[in-house]
Amino acid sequence: MKETKKYWKGLEQLQNTAEFQEKANKEFPEYLPLTGEGDESSRRDFLKLMGFGLAAVSLAACETPVRKAIPYVRKPETVDPSNANYYASTYVSGSDVCPVVVKTREGRPINVEGNKMSSVSGGGTYPQVQASVLSLYDKERLQSPLINGKKASWSDLDAAVTGALSAASGKIALVSHSVASPSTLAAISKLKEKYPSLDHVQYDSYSYDGLTSAYEAAFGTKSFPLYDFSKAKTIVTFGYDFLGSAPNATLSTKQFASTRKLTDSKKDMSRLYAFEANLTITGANADYRTLIKPSQEGLYVAALYNEVASKLGAATIASKKIEDSATIKKAAADLLKSKGASLVVSGSSDVAVQQLVIALNDLLGSYGSTIDASKSLKTRAGDDKKFGSFVSELKSGVVGGVIFYNCNPVYDSAFGADIQAGLAKVKFSLSTADRKDETSALVKYQAPDHHYLESWNDFEPISGSYSLSQPTIKNIFDTRQAQDSFLTWAGVETSYYDFIRSNWETYGYPSATGFASFDAYWDKCLHDGVYDAASGEAEVLSPTVDVASIASAISSSYTLDNAGLELVIYQKASIGDGTQANNPWLQEMPDPISKATWDNYLTVSPKQVEEWGIALGDMTTQLVKLTVGGVSLEVPVLPQPGQAYGTIGLALGYGRTVAGKVANGVGVNAYPLIASKGGSLSFAVTSGVSVEPTSTSYQIAQTQTHHTYMGRETVVQEALLKEYQKDPQAGRHFPKIATAEGMVKPYAVSLWKGHSYANHHWGLSIDLNSCTGCGACTVACQVENNIPVVGKEEVLNRREMHWIRIDRYYSSDATKEDGYTAMEKASANPEITFQPMMCQQCNNAPCETVCPVAATTHSTEGLNQMTYNRCIGTRYCANNCPYKVRRFNWFKYHDNKQFDKNMAMNNDLGKMVLNPDVTVRARGVMEKCTFCVQRIQAGKLEAKKEGRRPSDADVTTACASACPSEALVFGDMKNPESKISQMLKIQSSDKGVESKEPRAYHVLEELRVMPNVWYLTKIRNKDEKAVKEEAEA
Amino acid sequence: MTSESVIREPLVTGGKTVHDVTDDICRRVEEKPAKSWLLAMAASLGALTIGILAVAILVWEGIGSWGLNKTVGWAWDITNFVWWVGIGHAGTLISAVLLLFRQRWRMSINRAAEAMTIFAVICALQFPVLHMGRPWLGFYWALPLPNTFGSLWVNFNSPLLWDVFAISTYFSVSLVFWYIGLVPDFATIRDRATGISKIVYGALSLGWNGAAKAWSRYETVSLILAGLATPLVLSVHTIVSFDFATSVIPGWHTTIFPPYFVAGAIFSGFAMVLTLLVITRAVYKLEDYITIGHIELMNIIIIITGSVVGIAYITEFFIAWYSGVEPEQYAFINRATGPYWWAYWSMMTCNVISPQLFWFKKIRTNIAATFVLSIVVNIGMWFERFVIIVTSLHRDFVPSSWAMFYPTRYDVGVYIFTFGLFFTLFFAFAKFFPVINMAEVKSIVKPTGEKK
Repeated sequence: MKETKKYWKGLEQLQNTAEFQEKANKEFPEYLPLTGEGDESSRRDFLKLMGFGLAAVSLAACETPVRKAIPYVRKPETVDPSNANYYASTYVSGSDVCPVVVKTREGRPINVEGNKMSSVSGGGTYPQVQASVLSLYDKERLQSPLINGKKASWSDLDAAVTGALSAASGKIALVSHSVASPSTLAAISKLKEKYPSLDHVQYDSYSYDGLTSAYEAAFGTKSFPLYDFSKAKTIVTFGYDFLGSAPNATLSTKQFASTRKLTDSKKDMSRLYAFEANLTITGANADYRTLIKPSQEGLYVAALYNEVASKLGAATIASKKIEDSATIKKAAADLLKSKGASLVVSGSSDVAVQQLVIALNDLLGSYGSTIDASKSLKTRAGDDKKFGSFVSELKSGVVGGVIFYNCNPVYDSAFGADIQAGLAKVKFSLSTADRKDETSALVKYQAPDHHYLESWNDFEPISGSYSLSQPTIKNIFDTRQAQDSFLTWAGVETSYYDFIRSNWETYGYPSATGFASFDAYWDKCLHDGVYDAASGEAEVLSPTVDVASIASAISSSYTLDNAGLELVIYQKASIGDGTQANNPWLQEMPDPISKATWDNYLTVSPKQVEEWGIALGDMTTQLVKLTVGGVSLEVPVLPQPGQAYGTIGLALGYGRTVAGKVANGVGVNAYPLIASKGGSLSFAVTSGVSVEPTSTSYQIAQTQTHHTYMGRETVVQEALLKEYQKDPQAGRHFPKIATAEGMVKPYAVSLWKGHSYANHHWGLSIDLNSCTGCGACTVACQVENNIPVVGKEEVLNRREMHWIRIDRYYSSDATKEDGYTAMEKASANPEITFQPMMCQQCNNAPCETVCPVAATTHSTEGLNQMTYNRCIGTRYCANNCPYKVRRFNWFKYHDNKQFDKNMAMNNDLGKMVLNPDVTVRARGVMEKCTFCVQRIQAGKLEAKKEGRRPSDADVTTACASACPSEALVFGDMKNPESKISQMLKIQSSDKGVESKEPRAYHVLEELRVMPNVWYLTKIRNKDEKAVKEEAEA
Repeated sequence: MTSESVIREPLVTGGKTVHDVTDDICRRVEEKPAKSWLLAMAASLGALTIGILAVAILVWEGIGSWGLNKTVGWAWDITNFVWWVGIGHAGTLISAVLLLFRQRWRMSINRAAEAMTIFAVICALQFPVLHMGRPWLGFYWALPLPNTFGSLWVNFNSPLLWDVFAISTYFSVSLVFWYIGLVPDFATIRDRATGISKIVYGALSLGWNGAAKAWSRYETVSLILAGLATPLVLSVHTIVSFDFATSVIPGWHTTIFPPYFVAGAIFSGFAMVLTLLVITRAVYKLEDYITIGHIELMNIIIIITGSVVGIAYITEFFIAWYSGVEPEQYAFINRATGPYWWAYWSMMTCNVISPQLFWFKKIRTNIAATFVLSIVVNIGMWFERFVIIVTSLHRDFVPSSWAMFYPTRYDVGVYIFTFGLFFTLFFAFAKFFPVINMAEVKSIVKPTGEKK
């Protein structure tokens, strides 16, 4: 068909110029300015950009989670991605204070270690300190201030609070735990200036009012004395758990441990006598431990006093004769032998007993040597009487307003129910608690305080020893530091930071020398975190004690033959007073003695358990109905060797109802059971205790269910001090292997060539003698190595993940002649051995040979490495591990609702605590201790940058660093300068390393797996080996 | 055809002619499935379904579904694995070793025994894969394959890797051996079949033409494979026993394991063959082919191997005492008197005491007694592996880690899965494959078909 009409697109076509013809055949006659450089772009670029656009649009349409990763606009000078920063700060929780160093990565705190410069803690930590960093990331903390449970702004709250405080009629009480912070006390004084009716009431959830009152009577000031266990050669404790739950136990542990270390030049050690009902950590470390009931305690103290006094020619006091006085006589003789280096301590809440202890220490010349009464420990300043009268005023409605400063007395005091009832009558009530807890749930105003890692603060835990707290992260939630709140309400304009600074100009600075300005002083203090004010000659004070009147008080209140059951309320090393109960790391930490997790329970002597007819199985037991006074609780029974017959123990800190999903409903609340005796609270209830067995069975999740070491000398090697003094190899077990040439040492025979270590050879030494079993290492390792929490069910399934465990063995009366079944039974009052156990990093590792895919291999530095990526999970390595230290990921523990108690891996906030240097392990892979290989690498890098070899200061493991008793020593055995090389007298040869230290041994030496972990024998300072103890009571 | 002495007891009774043999065996394949077969197959498929559910949950949730723990890292999984591998021993022993020894009585039972072997090994193979934490990677990472992980190789030191080689070799050889034997019989069925069956069996028979040359090659291949398979009978369980023997765990670290495991494997394999044959024989009315004579001979082997195993148990105790190694001594005393005493004594009763009943001719020629005892032996052999694995692990060197193992429903479920799998395969085999080697059996029927 012929076209009849012709249409032009434009004049250009009509003209049909050469230029037009050139362009006419192109789809886009002009270059599309896509890249901005016209000449180079092509249709390809266009397609690329189209493609990108399409992809970008379709990707944007997908629902991607919003991740708030905001790059630094201007990078802070000191913050480098993947480099850690360390800040000195101070841990505070409840009444306790501990100077720490906080490790931060990319601006978030991930680890807390002891501040080695601190004279207060001695550089160690305890489990709650280690775990506290996770409490920072607890999303159940309050996220803003609340008025009547409704979200409010701080300005609204301030207006309401100042109004209410001004309007308050009658007394206003500010209730807190012991406040060891001078600036906080000053801030409270400011508040008091503004509101003169305000009264500061301090209490301690575990009170030592009996002790401080006794010091008030004897010395004139109510104070907690400073003990120095490092100077003591003979220590007698009457239920004072100075290695466990007592205040500032890290320092006592360090001091005590220093007296237990043995070297060629120091072949002497202290001797510890313990008289107690519950088996405490202190009792477990005692050389002589006598089981007494709380109702007998006064008489035992009196007997010891009389024994000492009569030898010294001092007046004795009238007291009932105790039947079994051999140990008391022995203790007295030892105390006198080491007069001037002796120490008697008691945990009694009875002022009379404590006064007698003071008199006894005075006789022994302890003041000025092992006890410094001129200084005091300020973390136990609670006053039971004052607190008691506050409660009765509250109940009667006299109190017009109450401020709870970081305390929870509805839960953690003996008068919880009274306070709860009283709170209804109070017009103004406020809490600064970090979360909705039992108390803050009942108050009108909630003004949540910062976590300590978000706060400025100062402390004076011991007179003259200061420490500072500095924020290591901006407050995560809309919280405000309580002290800032106090200052605001007091009408003071300065911030708390400036307030502290101005206070510090008067605290230590005036006596400080060598600082050009206050700024220099402040910077130094902030850097170090601690400052010890120069103290002059310690003033030796003498107590005044009227022993005669005490004698009659003791005679009337103590008896030898109380037939009734007695309850001793104690604190566990893990949960303590329960403040941090919502911290899953603490809940899952095995109790050092019972090895139980996720529960409290009645500790009962096995004889009593049998009498009650409790049906026991593998981790199963039964509930009993415990009635104390008018309170009844259903609580499971745990047979506890070493528990005095006729007594039962129950731990505080459990049975939380409003704490968070981890803590709620775990265990029972023992606080209502605390007895009030003459104004002082008594944690031993000697009358009105009854127990009724029920038929309900119950499971307690223990990580260790076999309690004796079955006489296996290849596992535990121990000796008496006198044997050690004669032969430093005493107690050592030397297995021999039969060959054609006769019996030889296991290490003389081998099929293997062995490994050669050219550069480093890492080793760990563990002193069984100074390990107190406290468990700080377990939690430290958990924090450092991203170890999941598995929950009670999985612990019951024996699948806890801890890389380091502390095996606790009881001695048994039986020997091999009695048969294995008899050896499984612990003595009624056993000797205890604590044995930290982690991957032994064998040089001939049985796990390495059996892995089909070579996921576990040997490093050139003696480490047994685990490659998680390569692991296929046959578990053959774990089966073939003679130490059973390998842990398997039975389930997916991260991002799994089933394990939501594993807070650190199951919500975005909790995950901030994870150590970015350590992989979070997948389901189905094996894991185990790596000797903190990430720390080794970091230390080596640090040294390399400076062109030197790494030293002890560069590398240490989390466990060794946390250990308050320095029982764990980590280092390079190739470095002759390292502490471990010198301690163990390491000799390297081509056959491997050998220790010339007579006490050093390898567990299971006969297997010739040649571990890199060395144990030093346990030495007991006993005169004779334990004999069968028939008497249980 | 070889001729038999007239005095010798015939191996096939009932005066079967060569044609009878073809008819008797092929009819099972050609008939509509019997009701009893349908019921049995339904039950097997039911077990398989339950089992697949358990396997699915296991793989989805993780090994934590089982009752294993930090101390006991293997229990039912490896117990079942060794148990099934052990059962898988009889087939090759019967066909290969007895072929080499010219034991012609094996001819009517070797087909079923070999099938059982193959299915048992398939069941056994489930466990090494399923017991892995990450089976989706492990199933091929455990093989020495070229890879891009920086040429990361498997660990040739690991007995688990030896297992991979040993079992895969055993499986392949057994499978080929079995299949070669099936070829002439498939051809027989093909020749009788029509329609689709003819095509299927035609394909399966690989163009068998029955020529003298074909027969000659058939015989040669059988002999060669028998020669290859014989050492495997010894090697497979020897290597499986290395999983334990080369470890350091008391109760595992024992040089007696290889012969002890091989004897145990033959013991349990024969027991399983008996269990299955007694059923097949009754259901398919094959009494003339699988005679009391067969059963008696197999029972005698059970007495022998049972006694060998018994001596091994006692020797272990003696060596534990003689070694002077404390944990070793404890491990054995704990087996017999510890918390798992019941497993140990079940094992002793089932494996050592009960087979001794076969010394009585009345019992060893009694079908019912044989059936019951064959099951008892297999229960005993399961306990043997359980005792070795669990009681050794649960209390080893360091007493603080001593623990108990409690199975969960998923432990049981995965075991049921393998039973379902085994019987589904076995019943399918019994219906669609010739259960008796017709070609070979024809060589032992009296040519005249005279009545005995």
